[in-house]
Amino acid sequence: MSDTLSKIEKRTAYTLLLPAVFLVFAIVLFPIFANIWISFKEVELKDIRIPEPRAKKIVKEITENQSQLKILYRLRNSSLIESIDDVKFSDKLPKNIKPINLDSRCKFSLNKIKCNFGKWEAKYKENFEILIQHIDNKKINKNIIKLQKPNLSGKADNILLTMKFTLKNFKKVFIENNFIDLLLTTFYFTFFGTVGAIIFGIFAAQLVNQKFYGRTFMRSILLFPYVGPVVALAYTWTLLLDPNSGTLNALLVNFQIIDQPINLLGQKYIMMNILGFEIKLRLALTTVIFFEIWRYFPLAFLFILARLQAVPKDLYEAAEVDGAGPLKKFIHITLPQITAIISILFMIRFIWNFNKFEDIFLLTGGASGTRTLPINVYQQGFGVSDIGMGSAVSIVIVLILIIFMFIYFKLIGKKANEI
Amino acid sequence: MKYKPLIIFLTISSVFFLSIISIWKIMATLQGLNLQNLNINQNFLLCILTTFLFIFIGNKLDHLIKIIILSTLFTALYYYLNEPTPLWFYFGLFLITLFFTSRIRKYNKDFLKEDYVTEKIIFDFISLFGIIFFAFVILFPFYIMFVTSFKTQIALLVNPLDFSIDFKNNLYDVFKSYFVIFKTYNFGRYILTSSFVSIGTVIITLIFAIPAAYAVARLNFFGKTFLSTSILIIYMFPAIVLVIPLYTVFSQLGLRNSVEGLLIVYTATTLPVAIYMLQGYFKSIPKEIEDAGLMDGQNWFGIILKIIIPLSLPAIASVALYVFMIAWNEFLFSLMFLDNPKSFTLSRAINHLTGDAETPRQYLMAGSVVVTLPILLIFVYFEKYLVSGLTAGSVKG
Repeated sequence: MSDTLSKIEKRTAYTLLLPAVFLVFAIVLFPIFANIWISFKEVELKDIRIPEPRAKKIVKEITENQSQLKILYRLRNSSLIESIDDVKFSDKLPKNIKPINLDSRCKFSLNKIKCNFGKWEAKYKENFEILIQHIDNKKINKNIIKLQKPNLSGKADNILLTMKFTLKNFKKVFIENNFIDLLLTTFYFTFFGTVGAIIFGIFAAQLVNQKFYGRTFMRSILLFPYVGPVVALAYTWTLLLDPNSGTLNALLVNFQIIDQPINLLGQKYIMMNILGFEIKLRLALTTVIFFEIWRYFPLAFLFILARLQAVPKDLYEAAEVDGAGPLKKFIHITLPQITAIISILFMIRFIWNFNKFEDIFLLTGGASGTRTLPINVYQQGFGVSDIGMGSAVSIVIVLILIIFMFIYFKLIGKKANEI
Repeated sequence: MKYKPLIIFLTISSVFFLSIISIWKIMATLQGLNLQNLNINQNFLLCILTTFLFIFIGNKLDHLIKIIILSTLFTALYYYLNEPTPLWFYFGLFLITLFFTSRIRKYNKDFLKEDYVTEKIIFDFISLFGIIFFAFVILFPFYIMFVTSFKTQIALLVNPLDFSIDFKNNLYDVFKSYFVIFKTYNFGRYILTSSFVSIGTVIITLIFAIPAAYAVARLNFFGKTFLSTSILIIYMFPAIVLVIPLYTVFSQLGLRNSVEGLLIVYTATTLPVAIYMLQGYFKSIPKEIEDAGLMDGQNWFGIILKIIIPLSLPAIASVALYVFMIAWNEFLFSLMFLDNPKSFTLSRAINHLTGDAETPRQYLMAGSVVVTLPILLIFVYFEKYLVSGLTAGSVKG
């Protein structure tokens, strides 16, 4: 009895899960594996369209003879690279209408014109004409003929499904692609973006955890950068930082803080003189990191605030009785309470910043030293149209991610569920 | 009396006071005032003088009278020492001084003798400074976005600092950018597409996620632990590694440039987090309530529809709002999948505007306001739900 019950339960569970699991499998898991397949192929963007035979139908009236019409089919192979085998054509004519002067490749039966064109080479083009006539010599309605669309079919290789593989892409990724520089930029961006967001998050959470007038309002505002659409915010920042007539540069020049506008998003390096040391700072990357911090510190803030609000108040009161000042209270009570959440945040944010694409893409497009791994996927796949290479970079990202996730689950996987 | 706390207080509070005055000056500059010097040294002395007088007067005067006198004095001195500006600037200055002096109300000679007073002063002003800093840094870009949409390209090139809105013109000229983006650039259509995609994603995600979350939360089946851990793992894979295969497959299936294709992708990418969030909440519903339902002869469909959904409406609202936000703000997939202006979403349309270097920036900013405002309004209105959604879902971002 209980056996059948558990069977029913199992079946119910699978029915409930199936649609969601299927969808996630098709759209999320399948592409991850498909990347592996594509990365071993030499595919370019223009290759992924399956070549197909196309026909444009043009109907022309013949002025001398109303019972006849000329149909012109502009035939072509849609692909400029690949040929199509076994091209078949069919078009239907209304009743009582017959073709005359039919091409030898075609047959007419049951009101249908059927043709067998054989092989079309790449870039193939042909103007194919048929003259049709009404059996009873009546006028043919042009529009009826026009509305009927011809059918074409053919066999062409789908480059994605062939069994040709190559290691070229991975060779390019690791050798020709400045891989070390790419990796370093990505880590630089990820690390400082994460640490900065967490530091600002702690600061903001500490602020909002106090009582002051307009506190709830402040909490809403603090989340604005995260809630706002990235496209709008990134373009606002580009306008703000623009060297020609951007507000920030104009302000700094106006108050004589700098002499010349600085191209914050377009300049790779800037020389800084700090305490007599010449430091070469990666300017555009730093700006992008600041945008990243600006946009994502709200998340750190939200987590840390939630944790701070759960800290029992009497801990602070007891410390006060013991004569501890604000600094001691922060170091000895607040900080130990939030270290766990900070370590979790660090790992999660690290993983997500590592994958960040939109922010950098919209701000700099990956120029002036802000090329990270995700940007490189786009540049390879759609900038240079080398799909195979883009997939290979994706695979590198997935592999690094798997390492991160392994560390994450080893270190704090169980703790994360408790908090 | 110890002098150390007094000096520290005077310095720190003056720095704070000076920074709000400087922010006020910057904001005034952006209204077209020709201020070219922050006069930091001189104004700093002025601030110190004010705070010193504040402590010096102490409780000899009623607090309200004291701060009004001090504010008037400060404004008057500022007027004599700095370049002439319109009246509203001084009025603002007066209000700022009033605000500042009322904030430091608790500071007097006695307070400065307390234990740990130095630390207290520092913490107090760091948090005051922090509030101003965060409010300014966060709101400033939004402010620029908003006011730029009311200016013209030429006016901004002539004076990039003048964001004042000229209401002497007729209203059409003030709102011209908005008329243009709706008329010429078809933004009305994009708003519809974006709303359709976002709301559609929410509905489909919920239809798929609620039963799945129920199964994960309640039922026993083979592979349950595996499934619940893989939900999180799948969620951590970013869109950028999915983009190339999806692009190729969607191209070949003819799903690119279709809203349906976008709906499928958005649903699939938000499903894991929706399931994760919902199952957590479903677990917290007492099982006894369901057992009662089972007794009444309900099947799982009835239980989900009549017991689980009504009981977990707050969680469903959080998930719905979170998914809506993700779909509304999403950019990468809409960039990859849409290149026909007929099926653009708002984000994609704004990106398309920037593709033409000739597009005046006020149109771009008007478009940005159009895409930002709805989501911010929704956020402010439903903050409670969205915040809990963000907290639960913010493993992603």
